[in-house]
Amino acid sequence: MNWFYFSSPSTFYGLAGRLAPWFFVAAALLAAWGLYLGLLVAPTDAQQGEVYRVIFIHVPTAWMSMFLYFIMACYCGLSLVFNTRLSAMMARAIAPTGALMTFLALWTGAFWGRPTWGTYWVWDARLTSELVLLFLYFGYMALANAFEDPRRGDRAAALLALIGVVNLPIIYFSVQWWNTLHQGSSVSFKGTSMHVTMLTGMLVMSASAWMYAIGATLVRVRSVILERERRTAWVRSLGAA
Amino acid sequence: MTIWWKSWSDFWAMGGQAFFVWMSFGALLVAIVVEMLSLRLRRKRALDAIEEERDLETEN
Repeated sequence: MNWFYFSSPSTFYGLAGRLAPWFFVAAALLAAWGLYLGLLVAPTDAQQGEVYRVIFIHVPTAWMSMFLYFIMACYCGLSLVFNTRLSAMMARAIAPTGALMTFLALWTGAFWGRPTWGTYWVWDARLTSELVLLFLYFGYMALANAFEDPRRGDRAAALLALIGVVNLPIIYFSVQWWNTLHQGSSVSFKGTSMHVTMLTGMLVMSASAWMYAIGATLVRVRSVILERERRTAWVRSLGAA
Repeated sequence: MTIWWKSWSDFWAMGGQAFFVWMSFGALLVAIVVEMLSLRLRRKRALDAIEEERDLETEN
């Protein structure tokens, strides 16, 4: 098998188009299951009341905001080292969905924080570093599109994305390194302190967020490919019929 | 797997925290709709640009 077959934008364009709908179907089914568990079946939290249900969005989007940044940075590294076209396009395709996940994590956190902490926002280590992540996504997108030559945009933005990776451990460990208002994680590799339905709902919603992010990225990368390969023969022959 | 709520009005009221819960879940819905529309728009623009260039070429 030729592993490089799909690393060519023209072949990946078709593959992404065939795969994307299945990821959206999976995302929808998992979301239906996760929302059913989270909103209808899961009991009230003894300490936080009903507002804790925000975690069924907050935790998956917060996880995804970091995962997607990491994957985006990996593609950026690949594109810098091997100068591969498709990896730079993938990084560009991930960024808006990553920014959206970051925004949702911050937004839902604010609406959880108001009744729980008494404030929508606080300049706490966890919240601030997550906000920095949002600005890193914005900075990446702005820089990628700031150059006449998209290849230069790829390289400049990739460098920014790679430098920004230091923010990921800061977000993750912020609740341990600093005395923050944000609670530590309820789920770790050692086990969990959560009710089983709550935990299942959260994991199912996370799986849904994964599927959604992959689907959205695949759809977006197709547009990025069309934008970048506009002048190639294979793109021109696409709609010529 | 039994439903936690006694009634639909109980469900919508969210124990008096309806505003915070539904602002969060509403934002998720809005975010997905906005992203789907923006994905569609971006694809349309990309295809239009290809079309435009093809037309320019046939004119020359």
